[in-house]
Amino acid sequence: MESLDPSVVDLSRLQFALTALYHFLFVPLTLGLSFMLVIMESIYVMTGRAIWRQVTRFWGKIFGINFVLGVATGLTMEFQFGTNWSYFSHYVGDIFGAPLAIEGLMAFFLEATFVGLMFFGWDRLSKVGHLFVTFLVALGTNLSALWILIANGWMQNPVGATFNPETMRMEVTDFWAVLFNPVAQAKFVHTVSAGYVIASVMVLGIACFYLLRGKWTAFARRSFVVAAAFGLASSLSVVVLGDESGYALTDNQKMKLAAIEAAWHTEQAPAGLTLIGIPDSVARTTNYSVHIPWALGLIATRSLDGEVTGMSELVLRAQERIASGQIAYRAVEALKANPQDAAARALFEAHKRDLGFGLLLKRYVADPATATPAQIEQAAWDTVPSVPLMFWSFRIMALIGFAMIALFATAFVLASLRKHMEARWFHRTALFAIPLPWLAAELGWIVAEMGRQPWAIEGVLPTFLATSTLTPAALWTTIIGFTLLYGGLAVIEVRLILATIKHGPVEEQDPQPEPGQLPATPMTA
Amino acid sequence: MDFLDYEMLRVIWWALLGVLLIGFALTDGYDMGTAALLPFVARTDVERRMVINAVGPHWEGHQVWFILGGGAIFAAWPFVYAVSFSGFYLAMFLVLSALILRPVGFKYRSKKPDPKWRSRWDWALFVGGLVPALVFGVAVGNVLAGAPFRIDGDLRSWYEGGLLGLFTPFTLVCGLLSVAMLVLHGSAWLAIKVEHGPVHDRARRFGVIAAIAAVALFAIGWAFIAWGGIGFRTVNTVDPMGPSNPLRTVTEAAAGGWLANYALYPWMIAAPLLGFVGPLLALLGIRRGSEPLAFTGSSLATVGIISTVGLSMFPYILPSSIDPRSSLTVWNASSSETTLFLMLIVTVIFLPMVLGYTAWAMRVMWGRVTTQEVTTSRDFY
Repeated sequence: MESLDPSVVDLSRLQFALTALYHFLFVPLTLGLSFMLVIMESIYVMTGRAIWRQVTRFWGKIFGINFVLGVATGLTMEFQFGTNWSYFSHYVGDIFGAPLAIEGLMAFFLEATFVGLMFFGWDRLSKVGHLFVTFLVALGTNLSALWILIANGWMQNPVGATFNPETMRMEVTDFWAVLFNPVAQAKFVHTVSAGYVIASVMVLGIACFYLLRGKWTAFARRSFVVAAAFGLASSLSVVVLGDESGYALTDNQKMKLAAIEAAWHTEQAPAGLTLIGIPDSVARTTNYSVHIPWALGLIATRSLDGEVTGMSELVLRAQERIASGQIAYRAVEALKANPQDAAARALFEAHKRDLGFGLLLKRYVADPATATPAQIEQAAWDTVPSVPLMFWSFRIMALIGFAMIALFATAFVLASLRKHMEARWFHRTALFAIPLPWLAAELGWIVAEMGRQPWAIEGVLPTFLATSTLTPAALWTTIIGFTLLYGGLAVIEVRLILATIKHGPVEEQDPQPEPGQLPATPMTA
Repeated sequence: MDFLDYEMLRVIWWALLGVLLIGFALTDGYDMGTAALLPFVARTDVERRMVINAVGPHWEGHQVWFILGGGAIFAAWPFVYAVSFSGFYLAMFLVLSALILRPVGFKYRSKKPDPKWRSRWDWALFVGGLVPALVFGVAVGNVLAGAPFRIDGDLRSWYEGGLLGLFTPFTLVCGLLSVAMLVLHGSAWLAIKVEHGPVHDRARRFGVIAAIAAVALFAIGWAFIAWGGIGFRTVNTVDPMGPSNPLRTVTEAAAGGWLANYALYPWMIAAPLLGFVGPLLALLGIRRGSEPLAFTGSSLATVGIISTVGLSMFPYILPSSIDPRSSLTVWNASSSETTLFLMLIVTVIFLPMVLGYTAWAMRVMWGRVTTQEVTTSRDFY
């Protein structure tokens, strides 16, 4: 049996990270802005005042420029599982494919069908009809996120499925468990709220830009108020629900939690929270750390006597599971040769939960059953993700989260006191805050997905086994191709958004500026 | 329910795969055909705006058929998803890049008055329409001819071909047929959707050429299938209720093997017949100036040509040209019974809803795109 070129794994991971992080620049803004449009347009429908129509249409234009790239880059994401992660697709398609298909059927059709009407239908629909269409777009977008995060949540916490040696893949045993996976639910609300914050910061920041310039002030004032209210609610929920997401880790991904906390060893309860420090992955210790007593125990276990397991202890546990996984692997090989082998079947049933841990050894030996104790220990330490990356990504993300609450609380107070038109210091702050929530969202992706390593599916399928059988040359071709394409589109998009902002929320008199005669030479000419 | 056993569920999902592909070709097909025609049927900015507005409000919804097709293959035919997309790796990259240009082209084109800017996006749209149409056809040709992959004992697939190997005389005929079919469909749509005038006339002219090309290419393709040494058959007996494991099928190349089903099930001949009658009806419609007839013809052509492929190959979905034990069939490449059943329930509930609101969206935007509307309305991408 051939072996895979190790660089294929790294290149596939690089490509996935690039395309996913890029896709995730546009999606959160779509999620949030779509609901802000519903709010703005509802006010327009209720009051009938033209200014709110202007507000809705301007942000609708920004929404459109952004939406299109979310859709375009989402295409790559969906097919990438098949193109670059084909063994993953075979191994878990029976469960993982379902939420993706349902997303298309239930959510994306809704969003994509009505987004056309949203842009083309202003004169063809009644006011309420158009509002309803806008609402359906927002609903579709958010439902889309729900199904994608159910799929992703299953990768973090693979419930409701079991390995079938006859088909050599995971198969569904309980679809409800997949649907109501607590990790998926926590991730959904946290991610969606993060999208709402991103949209609110963008609207607030641009409104403040107009206020600083003294332009379009009537428009900016209204945008400010909507963003302040929506942003305060969502920044509070993103932190509270993020905490819920951390709580979910306590049960499901102890290793990720320990890495975030740089907890090399289990501490006596109540566990303290390491506020900052410098984790050292070689010495397996954290230097210069500052602790808050009891806080981690409170957050992670909701009690004062629960303890948070440290990485060293989790590695010991992984070693035990790897040993059990070796037995499971041997049983699968026996069943492959003879499906009627009752003894092998019984062994497999007893150890199947640890099969994935057995597969971790494939990095070091072709046949996991023959691994040495040193190799087992090495494989067990592989289950620890990059601790400094987790530690710092999480802290910067959380810090931005709290800063966003402060920003929107201030905006809300200013608006309530009717001082939001003259507080120039705040306008400047809000303008500079625009990139921050994006940074937090990308870091959040890193915490969630890099924190899952070395697993493609937590405890089930190691990432290095999940790729397609490709050549590094083919992968380089697509990585360079996507980078050029995406890079070019990013520049164009940013320029268009900036031009739209500069142009301002004017209802255009001449929607089709005469471009003069198009040369339109046929291709042959 | 005894009727809905594993075998039946597999056949239903095989049929649904066909429904999705046909749904994609019927809806997004005319968007791609229209985009491929854009630089040729429309010369001035206003004309191009009209062509773009003829598909503008709907192409996004139509594109979901493609995305749903991908998702459904992933969920119901994980083997097919894993083997085909990783095997046709660079071809998929071409398609995805072209398809990425399309949304951006539609929405960014009119954001600047600069003629050069607009002309560039028009060509991007042309690429976004033509390249996927061509590559999909070439891919179907390769599916018919068998792909060079093996599946090992862990059921991991290994592909032993390159990008250039995808292009043979037969697969090129399939690619061109796909382009002709979708250009015909696009021109039939433009004739319905755009006001009478130069664009309308040019669309009809291209429609005539595409219809004739479609009939000729379909005939050539059929000749390849009958006498070109293409086809496969199963040597061993296969349990249609058995677990999904491709290594249970032993397949051998059999020239003319794709015609065997027509002897077994004579009703299947309806599909290739439609493939010939459809373009001819479209031609008749165009010549008579009956746009509904032309569009019906181009739709029937699409249904006929795609279902010819599916029915000829049954029960194969993706035969292997190099390993007798690796071919993917309806019986060995599906999801588990539970997943197929669950997904069927979801489809039965949501697909009619999708069709319902798509029809409503079509009705809201009903009517021809006019010069008047294009030059005065503020509502466009």
